[in-house]
Parts: sequence; structure tokens; C-alpha cells
Amino acid sequence: MGSRRRDIPEINAGSMADIAFLLLVFFLVTTTMDIPTGLQVALPPISEEPPEDSKQKKREVLEVLVNAADQLLVEGSPLTIDRLQQKTIDHLTNEGKDPTLSTTSTAAIVSLKNDRGTSYDMYVQVYNELTAAYNRVRDDYSMQQYGKLYKDLDPQRDKDKIKEVKKKYPRKLSEAEPVSIGGDNGKI
Amino acid sequence: MAKFKKDGGRATPAINTSALPDIVFMLLFFFMVATKMRDKEMKVKTQLPTATEVEKLEKKSRLHYIFVGPPLNSEFGTSPRVQLDDAFATVDDIQQYITLKNGEKDEKEIPFMTTSLKADKTVKMGIITDIKQELRKVNALKLSYTASKEVRD
Repeated sequence: MGSRRRDIPEINAGSMADIAFLLLVFFLVTTTMDIPTGLQVALPPISEEPPEDSKQKKREVLEVLVNAADQLLVEGSPLTIDRLQQKTIDHLTNEGKDPTLSTTSTAAIVSLKNDRGTSYDMYVQVYNELTAAYNRVRDDYSMQQYGKLYKDLDPQRDKDKIKEVKKKYPRKLSEAEPVSIGGDNGKI
Repeated sequence: MAKFKKDGGRATPAINTSALPDIVFMLLFFFMVATKMRDKEMKVKTQLPTATEVEKLEKKSRLHYIFVGPPLNSEFGTSPRVQLDDAFATVDDIQQYITLKNGEKDEKEIPFMTTSLKADKTVKMGIITDIKQELRKVNALKLSYTASKEVRD
């Protein structure tokens, strides 16, 4: 009896699995936490030839200017950022109604010009609004034609539909070559 | 009486789970080894802007990272700096960096390489424009302004 009592009792390892699971879940969660998201941009390739801008009629171009004080100028008049999206949509879907805006959606161009002193935050916001405007008009057109939002169209099955929407509203967002107008030009 | 005792002995024995922790630990080590937690040490502050139209970047292996922002350590001043990998760099280093990184990749993948630009909100567009020009020079034309998703109603 005496020797039996002195035996080392078995350690209960039942909760070991719980601890290990906890660690496992922790690693699973932390490693997939930052799925990078961003605004996708396709930069134009560098060309030696000077750009041919004189061909474009003025009414087809929606000029968006952002100055060093983060103020917005659209078609020569000041505008607040929350109205930029609607203004761009009006421009893209004008179809010749308003004589100051575009004649057809396929010819409409949005030109974005910023100062070297513009803050990155403001630039991203403006870019976001312009992208949103394109996405909205494409969604609306796709909804009207196919009863489906543009972003819900399947890249494989609805290839032709996507092509059609893109043809109707081509993304013509041009960015001017950089300029600097005095002040803090943000150079390193 | 003997019959009753036999009945008690037929109860299902407890399942031995002592090997369970071993299995789970094996999984744990697999994940610890196979995934990278964070491979770059941040030297600059990058408080990302927010946007509603963000898209997910598909493959992490097809990304180049460029960080721009004011240094975290104030010893290096407060004006925005460029960080490539783990070190400070200048705008002029970007061309070489992209070329070097592309060299490690499969040739077929190079047209799909996207540059993820992580810049602080407060940075001025001057430096961003310079970076964009450098990227155009090395034909790295896919760019992503990294921004966090903003939900609007």
C-alpha cells in the first residue's frame, strides 16, 4: 500500500489540445489579416513623342484640377469633393444634351491634373470619386441592358457583355504630366 | 452478483486523446513555418488613406512594395522618405530596385507584377509623381494606391 501511494500521478493532458488549438487559431488569424487592397491604376507608357492633345474638342474633356491647398476646380469653377462624382457621371452620361459637357459617352474624357503640393490623401479621394463615377455609370448601363451589375458580370461567361459595357463607357482618365507652381513642391 | 460485475466492465472505455496535442502542434508548426508574419520592418509611418472603390490585390508574390512617409524615428527628420525593403532609399533607387526584383521572377510573370504604393496620407504629390515617373521608366505600369476600405451608406 505504501509504495503505491508514492507513485507519480498521471498528468492530465486533456487541456493541452485546447492550448494548442488556441495558438493555432491565433496564427491562422494573424497571418491572413492584411489582405492588401488598393486603387488600381494603369500608368501610361513613356513615349518620346509629345502628346497630341490639340485634337480633342474642349467639350469632351472634363477638366479636374487640384491645387496645392487641396482645392478642387472642375471646368474652371470650384467644386466640393462630394459633388465631384455626380458631376463626372453627368459628364459621362450627357450624350450631347448639355452643350458644355460631352457629346457621346465614348468620346468623353476626364483629365486630372494635380499640383506637386497636393496632399496624397486629397489625390486618392479625387481619384476614388472619379473611379466611382466610372463604376456607377457602368453598373447602371449593365443593369439596364442585362439586369445585372457590371461588377457581378462573370469574366468567363459574360465576356461579351463586359466588352460591350467597356465599349460604351471606356475608361479615359488621363493624367497630365507633372507641373509645379511655386510653394512647397514636396521634393526630397 | 457475478453477472452484475460483468455488465459494469462492458462500459465503453474513454478514448485516448493524449496524441491530439501532438497533431495540433504539428499543424501549428506547419503554419508557423509556412506563413510569413511580417517580412518588412517599417521605418516610415504609413497611415493609409481610405477609399470606397478599392480592389483586392490577388497574389502577394506578384507585388513590389514601395513605402513613403515620414520616418518613425525622428532622428531621421520629419520630411517624407522612401523605404524599399528594410532600408531608406531615394527616388533614384526605385528603377534599380524594380529591375533587381523582376530579375528574381519568372519572365512570364513580369507583365503581371503590380507595385503596391503604401504612402502616408500627409505626403505631398510631388514625391508620388516622381515615383510614378520612375515606374514608367522601368515599364512597371501596374500600380496600386494602397488604401483601406471605406464603407459609405
